[in-house]
Amino acid sequence: MSDVVLSLHQLHKRFGALQATNDVSLELHQGEIHALIGPNGAGKSTLIGQIAGNIRPDEGSVFLAGTDITRMSIAQRARLGLGRSFQVSSLAEPLSVMRNVMMGVQALQSHSFRFWKPVARDKELLEPAYEALERMQLSHRAWTPVSELSHGERRQVEVACALALKPRALLLDEPMAGLGPEGSAKLTELLEALKAEVPILLIEHDMEAVFRLADRISVLVSGSVIAQGDSHAIKQDPRVREAYLGNDDA
Amino acid sequence: MTNPTSSGVAEASLAPSADSHFSRKGLVQLTLLGLLLLLPVTAYFLGHIYYVNLASRITIIAMAAVGLNLAIGYGGMVSFGHAAYFGLGGYVAGISAYHAFDFTPFMTWPFSVPGSDNLLVVWLAAAVLCGLLALAIGAISLRTTGVYFIMITLAFAQMIYYFANSWPTYGGEDGLPIYLRNGLPLVDTTNTLSYFLICFAGLVLAMAITSRLMKSRFGAALTMARLNDVRLATAGISPYPIRLIAFVISAVITGLAGALYADLNGFVSPTMLSWHFSGELMVIVILGGVGRLYGPLAGAILFVMMETLLGGITQYWQLFLGLVLLGVVLFAKHGVMGWLAGRERNE
Ligand SMILES: Nc1ncnc2c1ncn2[C@@H]1O[C@H](COP(=O)(O)OP(=O)(O)O)[C@@H](O)[C@H]1O
Ligand SMILES: [Mg+2]
Repeated sequence: MSDVVLSLHQLHKRFGALQATNDVSLELHQGEIHALIGPNGAGKSTLIGQIAGNIRPDEGSVFLAGTDITRMSIAQRARLGLGRSFQVSSLAEPLSVMRNVMMGVQALQSHSFRFWKPVARDKELLEPAYEALERMQLSHRAWTPVSELSHGERRQVEVACALALKPRALLLDEPMAGLGPEGSAKLTELLEALKAEVPILLIEHDMEAVFRLADRISVLVSGSVIAQGDSHAIKQDPRVREAYLGNDDA
Repeated sequence: MTNPTSSGVAEASLAPSADSHFSRKGLVQLTLLGLLLLLPVTAYFLGHIYYVNLASRITIIAMAAVGLNLAIGYGGMVSFGHAAYFGLGGYVAGISAYHAFDFTPFMTWPFSVPGSDNLLVVWLAAAVLCGLLALAIGAISLRTTGVYFIMITLAFAQMIYYFANSWPTYGGEDGLPIYLRNGLPLVDTTNTLSYFLICFAGLVLAMAITSRLMKSRFGAALTMARLNDVRLATAGISPYPIRLIAFVISAVITGLAGALYADLNGFVSPTMLSWHFSGELMVIVILGGVGRLYGPLAGAILFVMMETLLGGITQYWQLFLGLVLLGVVLFAKHGVMGWLAGRERNE
């Protein structure tokens, strides 16, 4: 069990009468991609929010590399090595790609109360950010404003931002959404290359990508995990077929 | 913006400073600053002291707005209470001069603090006190956002306004005169031109600090806090302390301008603390161009000129100010600087 990077213990979250997370326990192991699937409104994004710190769980706890991070702020968790992307892309649009990716590098290197040296000439900052972009094959867009990027490129930038943190674990919330078959295929390839280095908790609707990438799949329905297993087991599971794959013609 | 040949960091990092050649923006900036320096100097040697003092007034108001612009324009913190720092800076100058004139201590317990008529001491005290006040106000106000932030900064400033109004020791609502302008070693600060040059240096320094700050790591974080604070937190940097420190620096700049203002006028009163002045500073920042380095200067020139020229003709000059502001908001969203110097590039 020593290769557990991220673990959730009996998380619960209610929004009024709605049980958005119901007793969810999950683990993410070194070297794996763990996919989290489930119909819209199942509570996947809510779960990611509780791991990353945007949402406080009502009960339960979250551990990152053995450290209880349940009460930590978003920024503290990020500095401990939790990288994430958002379902709806969340970047600073008017700024260049580089300026977005750079922030993670800056957070790792020291506090941000450095008032004098210009960042534009700060190689300590630019080079690691550049590397993260290269991992996502986007270094040629480093100085382009995010607002000029295609949808697919933005998704890659989000992942690059997370990589700049040298994360221990990545949380990706529907990174392929809206990409089209070509973009999906490309991102699938990039993620596959990443997983040896950093384990990924992947929320995805693109079942082709999920079955290709995931070592393990958890199925979330109405806030509860109803099934867990490898692609083969999940494809066969009757509850999953009924609750999810059946209605979705994937 | 896009760098087609970016094959590595060394090359690519040159891209953001692509405007190093002399641009329209550079020309506009140099003209503004050059005129602000040359016109009063000329006026002084022609014997028109009034215009030198007018230029000092513009310069000081511009400096106060530079402070506010750091909060509003660069930090996205719409403070409606910057008169608190302007007034506090003014009262530090006034109260310090008052005690120096009287040879009475400002306080005796727990330690004795005498007055001082040395500007360096006055400025240091104004900077420290404004910084501490902003730290306290900011620490509470920055827990809120949007309209609540505007209202809570206003509320704090109003508290200080009423406090000054009802504190008879220092003149209450009548204000406090400064009989002799606070001085500097080796400089005759009572000389109109010398004092203008001091104010001018203050403005240039405030702008230089803002510019440098915004290019640093701190500035990068502050920009991200303004544009997308969730992104900043997700990248591992807490937005709150970044904003708080920017708020404090902003208040210190405005407070130092307030100290200069009190010594210019030889008078400080609760007017400097009133919400009208907070509003005027906001108007100046918007007129000039929010988040533009030279915006506060352009805005202050326009504002004080309108006040002086139109105010001499009609007491309803603010009606015209309102029309100009409406025009800027509707037709020149990036303020006078956006209109004169073109849109700001982001990198
Ligand atoms: N802040 C919130 N307040 C109230 N309800 C919410 C909130 N966030 C999400 N929900 C609800 O919780 C449920 C789960 O949402 P979400 O986690 O976004 O689902 P998924 O990502 O699986 O599509 C949905 O019914 C959604 O409407
Ligand atoms: Mg979702």
